[in-house]
Amino acid sequence: MLSEFATSPEQIARMQAQLHLNEPLPEQFGRFVWGAVQGNLGESIRDRRPVRAEILEVLPATVQLAVTALVLSGLLGITLGILAAVRQNSWWDMGSMVVALIGVSMPSFWLGLLLILLFSLYLGWLPAAGGGGLEHLVLPACALGAGAAAIIARLTRSTMLEVLRMEYMTTARAKGLTGAGVVLGHGLKNALIPIITIFGLQFGSLLAGTVIIETVFGRPGIGRLLVGAILYKDFPLVQGVVLFVAVGYVLINLAVDVIYAAIDPRIRYG
Amino acid sequence: MADVALAAPARAGAAPWARLAPRVRRHKGAVVGSGIIAALALVALGQNLVAPQSPTRIDIVAALHPPDRVHPMGTDQYGRDVYSRVIHGSSISLVVGFISVGIAATAGTGVGLVAGYYGGRADGLLMRIVDVMLAFPGILLAQAIVSVLGPNLRNLMIAVGISGIPYYARLVRGSVLVAKEQLYVEAARVVGVPARVIVIRHILPNVVAPIIVAASLGMGGAILAAAALSFIGLGSQPPTPEWGRMLSEGRDYLRDAWWISTFPGAAIVLTVLGVNMLGDGLRDVLDPRLRI
Repeated sequence: MLSEFATSPEQIARMQAQLHLNEPLPEQFGRFVWGAVQGNLGESIRDRRPVRAEILEVLPATVQLAVTALVLSGLLGITLGILAAVRQNSWWDMGSMVVALIGVSMPSFWLGLLLILLFSLYLGWLPAAGGGGLEHLVLPACALGAGAAAIIARLTRSTMLEVLRMEYMTTARAKGLTGAGVVLGHGLKNALIPIITIFGLQFGSLLAGTVIIETVFGRPGIGRLLVGAILYKDFPLVQGVVLFVAVGYVLINLAVDVIYAAIDPRIRYG
Repeated sequence: MADVALAAPARAGAAPWARLAPRVRRHKGAVVGSGIIAALALVALGQNLVAPQSPTRIDIVAALHPPDRVHPMGTDQYGRDVYSRVIHGSSISLVVGFISVGIAATAGTGVGLVAGYYGGRADGLLMRIVDVMLAFPGILLAQAIVSVLGPNLRNLMIAVGISGIPYYARLVRGSVLVAKEQLYVEAARVVGVPARVIVIRHILPNVVAPIIVAASLGMGGAILAAAALSFIGLGSQPPTPEWGRMLSEGRDYLRDAWWISTFPGAAIVLTVLGVNMLGDGLRDVLDPRLRI
């Protein structure tokens, strides 16, 4: 960051002292960890503001995007997966699995650009860029959630196929329950564990995926903050954001483990 | 004597491959997937023959020209032929995919073999490092690595490769834990075969199937991650005809020249689709338990 300006040895020395670059590496690391556990992630080089403040400022926009994408992908993925499983080997099954395969193979940023092209530039229904109200959320959430929806659909289908073959499903039908009641009440409930696992994992990937989608749609958020910081070599901000997302990812997975026990009383920890 | 007896399991391990080939050929998805990959590989190998122009030749007069007979995919803002750039991009994407997955699978297998076979402290230390790496969603770890190494194509492959290591390490460690309890390993140990030889000659061939499945399924993800990082400017730099980069360059001209971003994106989808179909097929044949 000094190289763009004329620098004197004194300036370089002052900067090194300010950033603690003269200290041995373990000491620098210790200083960072000690600060981090106290909620102090250092100061960004570019804006000279606390990293924590910069993150918290844009966090709501990112969480809003990731949660919307997760809800969309869950609804779409589970519905497609159940329908495909119930009508196994039908055209419906084949069709939804082909859509899912394409969904897994499609880069989110390309889908985002296609959505902008169709719904913003040609049809003019939704805004192409920026943050703000619900209308700014629809296209980014669809672009971000499509891949996750495809993965959830594939998993739901295979898990449901297994569950549908179980004897308790036959029993439930023998008791006189109707198709939908059996599939949702008995089938889906028992298929939920692996689906929730993938939900937790997908939420982490969605959080990381916002990096790309926020760039495509010019939305403010953690992702754009990170990309800007990397390109500017603003290392305190980069390590702060990366650490923050990683901790969030671990906490989500912890939450998933807790939810398991609530859904399936057979699972107990400790 | 010992050599003859101990070589048997490894040779028996080779026999299933011969049996598997017809099953892979019967798997429709695998056949279509390999067809796509083979076609792309041919295009990549013969790119100078297939592409009508140099991918970097600038012709400002022909800028933003819509698709026609001369330029089947139009031209970009510098008048470069998008078709020629897409053709040249195929070799970059395939190479990036192979090398990243190669780094991840090789290093991950090494870590998994050591951790799984030796156990104890080595296992504890290596697996804790792997756990830390797994705490970062894949693409975020790759971004962090690129930010340290600097954005270019070589560092991109290293970053995507490193971020894939923990998955292979865990997978291989699990398989090794099972394999090392087998009788043939015990027999090798009893007759005094050194641990290094046991791991490489007797255990590795028997844990290779899940590695191949994971590598073929991971290739699509690696190509997507690399394209995504290039898209946000953390991978290949201009004027390299890398698909993710091309998509990003065409973004500003989306309204007037949709073709600049659309065709490279379609090429990414086709490539990843081919790789995923082949990967699904190999998984169904080699390791049906992993099926989702």
